Amino acid sequence: MKDFTPQPPAQGCRNAPVLKERGQREVFCGLTGIIWLHRKMQDAFFLVVGSRTCAHLLQSAAGVMIFAEPRFGTAILEEKDLAGLACANEELDREVDRLLARRPDIRQLFLVGSCPSEVIKLDLHRAAERLTERHAPHVRVMNYSGSGIETTFTEGEDACLACMVPTLPATDERQLLLVGALPDVVEDQALGLLRDMGVSPVRCLPAHRAAEVPGVGSNTVVALTQPFLNETAQHLERRGARILPAPFPFGEEGTTAWLWAVAQEFGVDADTFARVTDAPRARARKAIAAAAETLRGKSIFFFPDSQLEIPLARFLTRECGMTAVEVGAPFINKQIVGPDLDLLAEGPVIAEGQDVDLQLDRCRAARPDLTVCGLGLANPLEAEGMATKWAIELVFTPVHFYEQAGDLAGLFARPLRRRALLTGLEGAA
Amino acid sequence: MKLTVWTYEGPPHVGAMRVATGMKGLHYVLHAPQGDTYADLLFTMIERRNHRPPVSYTTFQARDLGADTANLFKTALHDAYDRFKPQALIVGSSCTAELIQDDPGGMSETMGLPVPVIPLELPSYQRKENFGTDETFFQIVKALARPMERTAHVTANLIGPTGLGFRHRDDIVEVTAMLEEMGIGVNVVAPMGATPADIARMGAAHFNVLMYPEHAEAAARWMERNLGQPFTKVVPIGVGATRDFIEEVAGLAGVAPKYDDARLRMPWYSQSVDSTYLTGKRVFLFGDATHVKCMARMARDEMGFEVVGLGCYNREFARDIRALAKEYGVEALITDDYLEVEKTIEDLAPEMILGTQMERHIGKRLGIPCAVISAPVHVQDFPARYSPVMGWEGANVIFDTLVHPLVMGLEEHLLHMFREDFEFHDDAGASHHGGAAKLRSLDEIPAETDTAQPAAASAPSQGNIVWLSDAEKELKKIPFFVRGKAKRNTEKFALEKGVHEISVETLYEAKAHYAR
Repeated sequence: MKDFTPQPPAQGCRNAPVLKERGQREVFCGLTGIIWLHRKMQDAFFLVVGSRTCAHLLQSAAGVMIFAEPRFGTAILEEKDLAGLACANEELDREVDRLLARRPDIRQLFLVGSCPSEVIKLDLHRAAERLTERHAPHVRVMNYSGSGIETTFTEGEDACLACMVPTLPATDERQLLLVGALPDVVEDQALGLLRDMGVSPVRCLPAHRAAEVPGVGSNTVVALTQPFLNETAQHLERRGARILPAPFPFGEEGTTAWLWAVAQEFGVDADTFARVTDAPRARARKAIAAAAETLRGKSIFFFPDSQLEIPLARFLTRECGMTAVEVGAPFINKQIVGPDLDLLAEGPVIAEGQDVDLQLDRCRAARPDLTVCGLGLANPLEAEGMATKWAIELVFTPVHFYEQAGDLAGLFARPLRRRALLTGLEGAA
Repeated sequence: MKLTVWTYEGPPHVGAMRVATGMKGLHYVLHAPQGDTYADLLFTMIERRNHRPPVSYTTFQARDLGADTANLFKTALHDAYDRFKPQALIVGSSCTAELIQDDPGGMSETMGLPVPVIPLELPSYQRKENFGTDETFFQIVKALARPMERTAHVTANLIGPTGLGFRHRDDIVEVTAMLEEMGIGVNVVAPMGATPADIARMGAAHFNVLMYPEHAEAAARWMERNLGQPFTKVVPIGVGATRDFIEEVAGLAGVAPKYDDARLRMPWYSQSVDSTYLTGKRVFLFGDATHVKCMARMARDEMGFEVVGLGCYNREFARDIRALAKEYGVEALITDDYLEVEKTIEDLAPEMILGTQMERHIGKRLGIPCAVISAPVHVQDFPARYSPVMGWEGANVIFDTLVHPLVMGLEEHLLHMFREDFEFHDDAGASHHGGAAKLRSLDEIPAETDTAQPAAASAPSQGNIVWLSDAEKELKKIPFFVRGKAKRNTEKFALEKGVHEISVETLYEAKAHYAR
């Protein structure tokens, strides 16, 4: 049985002192979550109420995707909206009416708050209630904030899912609820493994469509698939659900531990578990080994971005032989990433928050072999001679569970292999 | 409120960032919430800059709101000065900070920093990115440039190029070379590459070359009034415009116009027989006003295209563009709403679009070839190779750029000859790009438009028009890249004549009617 739970190091990082910093932060705001959430929820539209800056951010982050009639947009506040609040509500109603008339396929509409809408205290919650009444039963209108003043990058997904939880139907059914938006291919693999073990029923939040939203109640057991779902977890607990503590399903070890936690909860015996997982475990180990050749013995430095940093550092140090220098995360909830912290061997600086100039000073002093950071820092650091892996890709690319374990390691190995290939290549910058 | 998906321009503080990032020795302290740093990646990724933009953000969060944000700003300003030791600072608010009214200008004044601190007022809820570049550069020039003795030798300032500018890097090289040929030196290029110290010595130039009116017209006018420097009105994009520019510069400098166009290949390429098929190609132009203006002249007078419509997204130049449209006998489209642009393109059914990144995608959707002539652009339009759009080499570059998306004359001839051939079939596409421009066959048109956009399907092919099968067969023989237009024209013609069934004869009558 021990076999399925990874051997923790003599001293993990759960009680390691956390370097808490405040200062200039080089991070995305929660609006960015819309980019992947709208792909997952196929009948939802995300309407940001904000400024031209918000629209510009979505455009920059969505890249080419923005040209494919996406299901998101920005209601840009204009000068006249700032003059009087009553008018802003009417304007919003009118824009929503127009939008829903043009897109009759929309069943869920999210009014997404931004910094400007929060600062002028535009009551989007009330607006959502009002609009739900107006467009019932066809469309349900909900509201959350993806503003930079309140949320960092993936926290936008957390805020979105959390706002859905109170509206989920009640159920007493004994069920497993997978929480976190995973790429479809990954979700299917997870569901397949659980089905083969006989765990049932299994439901997902977010669901693909409004009609498929799961119920929740005191017999619901929640397995989080993403580490940034702090508020959602709280809301689910408030509805009586229980959160299963487990490391996150990155790498062979993480996936096995995550599945084993579920298996134990649902009374799956070790033989069944082994029968279902042995083959994919072996595949994952083999795939990781190929990339690990490049990674073994290399040092890594994480700038804060998505809250995936701690579980990823655990995977890279334990399964790929890397050494972590600093693991920065925008926010650390020890209850949720505790199992990962236990498995991460003592040593790295664990940092929460950011003062980007100070952190850059530490990074330059450490000269890590690989630096995980955002796109605003990646090229400048490369120009200083440091190999980087841009972090956002880790949120968009399928990286969870067994079949993606090799790809995940590959994402980190590729920049190092490339750097080795391009030796002696110099020119103007 | 206005629902938006695409924006042609960012907010005005992004314009200020473009000026700051173009310059050296200047630092921008921006009062902005966490998250506004997203704009850094425009510079580090799209323009592939090898350093961080010289911008510090206060990154205030919800818990800081209240009295704290003002202190955050002061700390950020102090830290930025201590760390980067710039020659000058610019300070301002992003859209959210504008709402909390901390007044960065006033606060920085009280701090007594030993370098000039230039406050920016950028109204985010009224104005946009290009206003931001223009206003920021103007404020910097106003604060730092002073009248001074002219250089002994005739020199000019090149003004307007910024960070994230469409081909600004190479245009500078091209214009510098043109001036050099006439014995005119370049005093300062700004904002791109200039330090605040350089700005301070701009007064030494004899005149200014206003490369991009969008980004430096306010500064040019101020320098004309206060430093006595005239500025050029012609933007040298295209062969004719470049000649006019050289005349204009020679006049301002008091030297003889002189140039070496030995490597100007564009006119001969355009005259050579393989270009004959370009004659009367119907083009639609959209982008920033300056590039549209120059490209319209080039399209008509140097490529032999027919300009069927033009417009710009920057309202500041609406009057110019309306006048230009009048001159070309077409309607001007002044809008920042891409849906309006798409609708206009659909209605005009041009054979080619000259536009921005957005129009490239509209073109892709409608199966119309497109060349990018203006910002906003994506990473592929910050090429590694030398590719100016100004001057002689610029004309060469543009010729290639415009012709490339179109099939070459001989190739087009072959497509006509062998259109039922397995290799030269319809789906081969009108463009060299990607080969994926799978134009819908006739039967697919209504269905596809329906699912993509129900409202748009209402266009001309409504009415109770019936295509007789012979006519439909005949229609399919028309090369696919003009078939859409032929179909529309025929239907329009039929409706006007009150005919509801289209026969082969109707098709050819319509063809004769619209013959040009």
